[in-house]
Amino acid sequence: MSDPSSATTNLSPERAPLAGARSGFFRLNFWDGWRLFALLVALLVVVPLAVVGFSWLTPAADIWQHLRQTLLARLLLNTLWLVLGVGGLTLLLGVSLAWFTATCEFPGRRFFSWALLLPLAMPTYVLAFVFVGLLDYAGPVQTLWREWFGRDAWFPAVRSTPGVILVMSLALYPYVYLLAKNAFQTQGRRALEAAESLGCGAREGFFRVALPMARPWIAGGVLLVLMEALADFGAVSIFNYDTFTTAIYKAWFGFFSLSAAAQLASLLVLLVFLLVVVEQRLRARRRFATVRSSAHTTRLHLKGWRAWGASFFAGMVLLVAFGIPAVQLSLWALGAYTEEFNLRYFGLLGRSVALGLAAAGLVGLTALVLSYAGRRHADPLTRALVRVANLGYALPGAVLAVGIFIPLAAVDNALIELAESFFGLRLRPLLQGTVVIMLLAYLVRFLAPGFKPVDGAMHRVTPSIDEAARLSGLRGVALLARVHLPMLRGGLLTAATIVFVDVMKEMPITLMTRPFGWDTLAVKIFELTAEGEWQRAALPAMALVLAGLVPIILFMRHAEK
Amino acid sequence: MSVRFPLLLSLLLVLLSLVPVAAQAEEVVVYSARNEHLIRPLFEAYTRETGVKVTFVTDKEGPLLQRLKSEGRNTRADVLLTVDAGNLWQAAEEGLLQPVTSAALAANVPEHLRDPGNQWFGLSLRARTLVYSTERVKPEELSTYEALGEPQWKGRLLLRTSQKVYNQSLVGMLIAEHGVEKTEQIVRAWIANLAAPPFANDNAVMEAIAAGQGDVGIVNTYYFGRLLKDKPELPLALFWPDQQGNGVHVNVSGAGVTRHARNPQGAIKLLEWLSSEQAQNLFADANMEYPVNPRVAPHADVAAWGEFKQNPINVSRAGELQGEAIKLMDRAGYR
Repeated sequence: MSDPSSATTNLSPERAPLAGARSGFFRLNFWDGWRLFALLVALLVVVPLAVVGFSWLTPAADIWQHLRQTLLARLLLNTLWLVLGVGGLTLLLGVSLAWFTATCEFPGRRFFSWALLLPLAMPTYVLAFVFVGLLDYAGPVQTLWREWFGRDAWFPAVRSTPGVILVMSLALYPYVYLLAKNAFQTQGRRALEAAESLGCGAREGFFRVALPMARPWIAGGVLLVLMEALADFGAVSIFNYDTFTTAIYKAWFGFFSLSAAAQLASLLVLLVFLLVVVEQRLRARRRFATVRSSAHTTRLHLKGWRAWGASFFAGMVLLVAFGIPAVQLSLWALGAYTEEFNLRYFGLLGRSVALGLAAAGLVGLTALVLSYAGRRHADPLTRALVRVANLGYALPGAVLAVGIFIPLAAVDNALIELAESFFGLRLRPLLQGTVVIMLLAYLVRFLAPGFKPVDGAMHRVTPSIDEAARLSGLRGVALLARVHLPMLRGGLLTAATIVFVDVMKEMPITLMTRPFGWDTLAVKIFELTAEGEWQRAALPAMALVLAGLVPIILFMRHAEK
Repeated sequence: MSVRFPLLLSLLLVLLSLVPVAAQAEEVVVYSARNEHLIRPLFEAYTRETGVKVTFVTDKEGPLLQRLKSEGRNTRADVLLTVDAGNLWQAAEEGLLQPVTSAALAANVPEHLRDPGNQWFGLSLRARTLVYSTERVKPEELSTYEALGEPQWKGRLLLRTSQKVYNQSLVGMLIAEHGVEKTEQIVRAWIANLAAPPFANDNAVMEAIAAGQGDVGIVNTYYFGRLLKDKPELPLALFWPDQQGNGVHVNVSGAGVTRHARNPQGAIKLLEWLSSEQAQNLFADANMEYPVNPRVAPHADVAAWGEFKQNPINVSRAGELQGEAIKLMDRAGYR
């Protein structure tokens, strides 16, 4: 190693041989391209985070005092409930469903295996609106309930802590499901078989072997869920449930104090950063590489009530998280069709899909390079850079949008000043309102959901594979393309699917950075729902869900092969 | 070898981000927090009539203001169009708008619906008024906003969340009339009378009243209009409060010319046209609102709700008092 600092700190066993094999090849190690790239991407994320952090220079003492006196206790408690509840429930749903569909055989398994991902296409705020509409006092369910059991019949409160937790978990469990399934499918049965030969039962095999082996993936999925839940504004505001994020918006839109809002948001980022660090410390220095082997050949055939129980469980989750809301949306969309539909919808759809695809490609590629950089350089600096690059997801969208926009406008203004003083030109802003900037903003926001699956897949590439490839003369890009890429394909596809769907659903960044006329389906949904026109919004929402289904179905078909 | 690939990628990213945008011809550029389906037909009509192109982009008020602020003198926006006087007041307060001298605007927009410094002008009017169940409430029982805190409404009142700017403006106006202390008592009395936790939107309030969860609520008139248009059978009606006193709390959607507009003349012409007799119905009717121009009659469906006395206090007071109102509602436990 030409970099002594990484030689001493590189204790990670999976990385040591790699580094050893490289010694002597690079003199220019520190500014090696991979690390340079990691630095560049991290910088891209750090800038908006720094903008948010700098808010502490503008004190907002009176707002803090007000929050402390009135709301802070409740919203901290609410946020805690959300983290525990949504984290716990998505863990339970995601891991159990992933385990059943990845390693067991039961009626309908092939169908559920991909169908359980469908809720990914359903925006959380849409699910929240549908459920509150259906289940609140004035909704059809309670109306029927009162007709049957009388006016004062008890019914659980829908707009309540359990209500928020349930709806959010149903919308977000696919992140955990997808990553956990990936892990279970690729970990192979050898370790489980070994455990069985040592006398472990099926249950013990799951809890003591399969689950710990899948841990980085599961933790990654839950972390994504928590970041989403913490940054969510749409769904919690439909429930009128005060969280940290609603306080952020209150500070900004109510008190017109962007600095107080940014200060609150920076605490949110800090919280997520701590979660990440703690999780990684807890599993430091374990290795998770396994050879992809006879993964699917020996499924556990569930029999009798277990088999039907698994089908019923998967079916119920699918019905509640996707079936019912999809039917409700379709009914509304049909009702609003004549009033709302026009030819412009093709443009909206086209732009949504194009942005989703472009961002999926960009994020996937960036995640790949970043993960590779992290693999090649196990030094603390690169690892910190990689970690920081994932934090954009923790900010509420609108705050991140502003964090991106402020420096962007500053650069534009500086360029314009320069052009004016040197050439006497009065230019228009160069960067703002370009699709490129939009895509970079998406990259900042959605790197985490793109990175987690790719990095997970990277864990599966064993050092011995690298060494074998090296011995046959494959290096650098060739090694990546011919050996790694085929192994990473599953992870990359997962990343691309999540990012595609997430970008199509995204609102604040799209709203703030889009070029004139670049409206998308999400923008249309925002326009209509902001005015309370939810039934009309069902049409673009339905179009969004349908467009999101295509990659999910294609992806799962592919993964099943 | 391996250095090249990521280096190239980085370089590509940097280069791509420098692609310039083509400059465009003379036009009016609008940043709007009023929604696309409400303003597009209007701008299209303007272009047909005058040949001037109107380019617009929509977003929430907060981000739009921040956007204007960050862009500074290089902004492309000539006009800021938004809902709620509080937001307009804030834009003026932050120096994002410029004063406009226009005889047409002064004649078309009543004094209490525009900025005293002429930085913004109301363009459509909405009232935040009472809605009640015609099955369980007689209109004689209703009188003022304050009276909704009386014991007879215990367990019968329904409200929208205090997060919504419309309620912040309403409470701001109550503060302007009664002062902080008395207003806090009023709000506390409301909260004590609630039949259910505050709802996320006005529609939910009305649907809950129709379903019998509560008997009376406070909503914006156009939400009522839109709901009743869809479901005319609902047993709901509007009531105009405080007609012996200050009158109904009204608010506006409105617009101003940005401080660094490149085309201020074009911007003023657009505003004048929007407030004119020919455009006012187009502007207001699209959302079942009232025209601000006193010479223009509201749409027949809107006129059918009856005439009412408006609170004459300048709507900009709501903006000034918004922060105070939010603090007050937080203290009173109004979620």
